[in-house]
Amino acid sequence: MVQNKSTKWILLAVNCVVALCIVLPILYAFSVSLMTPSEIFQYPPRLLPSGLYTQNYTDALRMAPIFRFILNSLFVATVVTIGQLFTGALAAYAFSILEFKGKKAIFMLMLCTMMIPSQAIIIANYLTISGLGMTDSYQALILPYLTSAFCVFNMRQAFLQLPTELNEAAKIDGCSTFRFFISIALPLTKPSLGALGVYTFLQSWNQYLWPLLVTDSKEYRTVQIGMGMLQNAEGNAFGPIMAGVIMVLAPSILAFILGQKQLVAGLTAGAVKG
Amino acid sequence: MKKSAVAAKTSPQNPQKNAIHKTPFQKIEPYLYITPALILFCCFVFFPFAKTLFLSLHSTTPKGEISKFVGFSNFTSLLTSEAFRNSLFVTVKYSLMVVFFSIAAGFITGVLANEKIPGTGLFRTIYSLPMAISSAAASIIFIFVFHPSIGILNYLLGTDIGWLISDKWALFSVVMVTVWMNIGLNFIFILAALQSVPPELYESASLEGAGFFRKHLSITLPCISPTLFFLLIINVINSFQSFAQINLMTKGGPGQSTYVIVYSIYQEAFFNNRFGLACAESVILFFIILALTLVQFRLEKKVTY
Repeated sequence: MVQNKSTKWILLAVNCVVALCIVLPILYAFSVSLMTPSEIFQYPPRLLPSGLYTQNYTDALRMAPIFRFILNSLFVATVVTIGQLFTGALAAYAFSILEFKGKKAIFMLMLCTMMIPSQAIIIANYLTISGLGMTDSYQALILPYLTSAFCVFNMRQAFLQLPTELNEAAKIDGCSTFRFFISIALPLTKPSLGALGVYTFLQSWNQYLWPLLVTDSKEYRTVQIGMGMLQNAEGNAFGPIMAGVIMVLAPSILAFILGQKQLVAGLTAGAVKG
Repeated sequence: MKKSAVAAKTSPQNPQKNAIHKTPFQKIEPYLYITPALILFCCFVFFPFAKTLFLSLHSTTPKGEISKFVGFSNFTSLLTSEAFRNSLFVTVKYSLMVVFFSIAAGFITGVLANEKIPGTGLFRTIYSLPMAISSAAASIIFIFVFHPSIGILNYLLGTDIGWLISDKWALFSVVMVTVWMNIGLNFIFILAALQSVPPELYESASLEGAGFFRKHLSITLPCISPTLFFLLIINVINSFQSFAQINLMTKGGPGQSTYVIVYSIYQEAFFNNRFGLACAESVILFFIILALTLVQFRLEKKVTY
């Protein structure tokens, strides 16, 4: 858009104010995590700590096994991400490149699962998992989330964009369907895999209700539940609580910033058509 | 290129690769690719969905086993109960506010970050950052920000409001936190849509003397309406399913003022052990979301073309 100098400055200023408002809660939490207890309860409230009071972090780690929670979440989110990409890409490959009877009907059936809100079936899933005696285990956290229609749909879009000549040429050279999938189709759709991977990882890392239902012991609690526990148990120890929040946020913010470009491109590619 | 591909497909040199001459393995091969996903969908989506429908017609033991068939009485007792109607009303109020403010915030940040000014890269990262923040983390940060005596929000605004402990403000406070978390996703989609609006439109509008607001009102909004509809659906579905914020910040209170439907399902199932009733609520939730989605698809067809 064409602008003159003064509108440019106004827009820059408005951007700065809005950006500051959005990022402020995170910066504030970080700042509080470095305040001494007396600074936290001071009135009027301080924006910045007087020094770097790292005691909050050691306290948080003493109050709750945060590293254990982080490891649990890392493990669960990683397996869920790999699982969704694997099952999603496999199914999407069949739906886009291969021909078979009932292809359309089965694809529609899978898309239908997007219409069923996950919170509406969570009780039945809980009853199944607890009926199998699987509560408080990694299987319980992981199994129901190993596939998603969102992943199937997006990977199908990615495979459909591969030139058809590629598949034909590979066929002529005697390349099997599976080899084509592994060594040609998958590498060529890396951007989509990357975007979906970051998205799935964040979703899984941030899950709350399901891990709350199926885990009871500290050994299997994930970070989100762990944070809630810290908050419930130590209601007024805001310093350590904020330190815990920052430790839990750090990996997801890092994953987001590293994968941001791919994530944005991949998420919007399928959905937006002018 | 296209032609040669067609030629290869029908060329007589490769008869065994033709669709007509498939080996038995090639015939079943495609099904092997979809089996893992299909089995998982059956176990964890279709089966629980059927089970939810089934359980909603039964009363259950505290362990979740079926005790007897009760027909639609779970539904009638829900629909006549004051508490459940309140919870529906709260959910709708909550959802309306969340959807409106989330899309508005996404639109404002999208327009701001679409301008050619220095630092857009940084602004875009910041506007999409809330996507990475979990609802649990956001809730805990805001419990402190909202704190009635030492919280920074009252200090900055010069007010003395019990954000989470007054039944007038609690729902609105939870809405604010949810909107903050939703900005990221809404921003990303709206920015992408804005970038696909042809710049000539703005130029000719400028020539005719249209100002900043006029341009966005009469060019931007119509151009990005498909994306806005998409976001409307996503935001409605998500807001009807909010749970972590409520559980951590207000526990449905004070005085049931934030008792949204998913929180009510959770309470019925895991505190009152009435799984049948909870499943009936889940079924109602499913049909509400289904109806809203269908209505929006209808509307989209009518409005955007």
